[in-house]
Amino acid sequence: MSSTKPGWKEIPIAGIPFKSALEYKTGTWRSFKPIIDDKKCVRCLLCWLYCPDDSFIIKWSEDGKRPKQVLVNYEYCKGCGICSTVCPTKAITMIPEGEEQ
Amino acid sequence: MTMEQMDILLNGDEAAAWAAKDVHVDVVAAYPITPQTIVVEKFSEFVANGIVQTEFVSVESEHSALSACVGAAAAGARAFTATAANGLQLMNEILYIASSLRQPIVMAIANRAPSGPINIHNDHTDAMNVRDAGWIMLFAENTQEVYDTIIQAYKIAEDPNVLLPVMVCYDGFLISHTAERIKVFKDPKDVAEFLGGPRKIPKIELMGKEVELSLNPENPLPLTFGPLDLYDYYFEHKRQQSEAMQHAYAVIEKVNEEYAKFSGRKYGNGRVVPYRLDDAEIAIVLMGSTAGTARYVIDELRDEGIKIGELRVRSFRPFPYMDLERYLKNVKVVGVFDRAQDQGMQGGPLFLETRAALYDLASHPKVVNFVFGLGGRDMPPELLRTTMDELIAIKEGKKPVFNRKYIGVRE
Ligand code: SF4
Ligand code: SF4
Repeated sequence: MSSTKPGWKEIPIAGIPFKSALEYKTGTWRSFKPIIDDKKCVRCLLCWLYCPDDSFIIKWSEDGKRPKQVLVNYEYCKGCGICSTVCPTKAITMIPEGEEQ
Repeated sequence: MTMEQMDILLNGDEAAAWAAKDVHVDVVAAYPITPQTIVVEKFSEFVANGIVQTEFVSVESEHSALSACVGAAAAGARAFTATAANGLQLMNEILYIASSLRQPIVMAIANRAPSGPINIHNDHTDAMNVRDAGWIMLFAENTQEVYDTIIQAYKIAEDPNVLLPVMVCYDGFLISHTAERIKVFKDPKDVAEFLGGPRKIPKIELMGKEVELSLNPENPLPLTFGPLDLYDYYFEHKRQQSEAMQHAYAVIEKVNEEYAKFSGRKYGNGRVVPYRLDDAEIAIVLMGSTAGTARYVIDELRDEGIKIGELRVRSFRPFPYMDLERYLKNVKVVGVFDRAQDQGMQGGPLFLETRAALYDLASHPKVVNFVFGLGGRDMPPELLRTTMDELIAIKEGKKPVFNRKYIGVRE
């Protein structure tokens, strides 16, 4: 029964869950994993722009002006493959989860 | 003190665009459809001429138009769109999403008969089709009211006790394409002041902290909008929406008062507009531009000594049942005019709601329904006069009460 749960006056409006989006580790949903080939990556950040889950971590140069490295945050990456499709240098390969190496 | 205004010649669609310009909405995402097209054309002109800094998103469908508005509003923007008939039907899925995500979007609807058979002219069936989507629905009578209501709509929608999207409906062609001299604010800054400056983002409590209800990535606790909401919470969220709609009754009235001080124009109590009802024995109930024609006929009948008046419903959602009870408790006969399809129902939607609202009155007025004007069929004063003659005959006991009649259709 749902009677032990909070009533409508207590929960956030707009269907917002109780927790911040940061608490939902959507990476567990993934069946394909994006792997970035750092040698092919030209730091254009298209993957970062298109990722629906904000799952890219960008390492910036000291002066904060140039992206030094582009990494995937696997805690949140759902494995949709959009980054791999938009990457202009084909630096991102999707491989079945658990089959890396 | 009312703000400085100027006279200008605008049709209903242009007035809608002009209001969105004066509100200086942040985002417009819209797709053109007759008879709303001029709204989109006019607004894109404002953008192209640099009169507004609005982000104008040209989309490929109405479904996308409203989706873009939901995203923009969730990110904190004032969003505006406009549509009609088939476009509104294509938006249907997103209408429910916009209201359940509690996004204060404002949408102009130039009411048009939905296909099919295909028709581009006015009736209210398109709006009636979405009357349970959780939107506030205001019906304007003329071009001036379109302009005023869109400005009011932002204040209603953004009220922290409401936070619901608002449709501002007006009759396609009859209002959308009819140029009228109206008053607009000379300085759009006054409109911004009326609205209390830029949109204020509501706050919610989350994990013991107060956070903005927004997709802002700077939010210390970023939010997920629109996740799965099943049998254990969905009902609670719907209950919250019902409560917000209840709050809207008072907020519509309050905003109407504030706007009267600011503009010098007032529309009844915001929810209904009564006309010559004080001693009336017969009343008509209706929405939209026909109300003006009907008042002309009512004046004629009043000159003949008939005690007849009008109650124009301005807020169809939330439905002003308490106002109908209040204004109609002493009348004997009520004629309700529906410019909408009624198939398989006991009458048109306005009739059903009106009769339900009056059910508890000890005076038990007789309530009859006239369905008229479908697909833009004209409703001239002479035809209105015949319907009012029927109401008089019922009142005098010369004709039996009927349930519903179709007016202006060839037998
Ligand atoms: S696979 Fe999808 S979710 Fe994962 S990083 Fe790429 S775009 Fe983002
Ligand atoms: S899109 Fe490809 S090239 Fe561009 S930053 Fe991402 S991985 Fe590197």
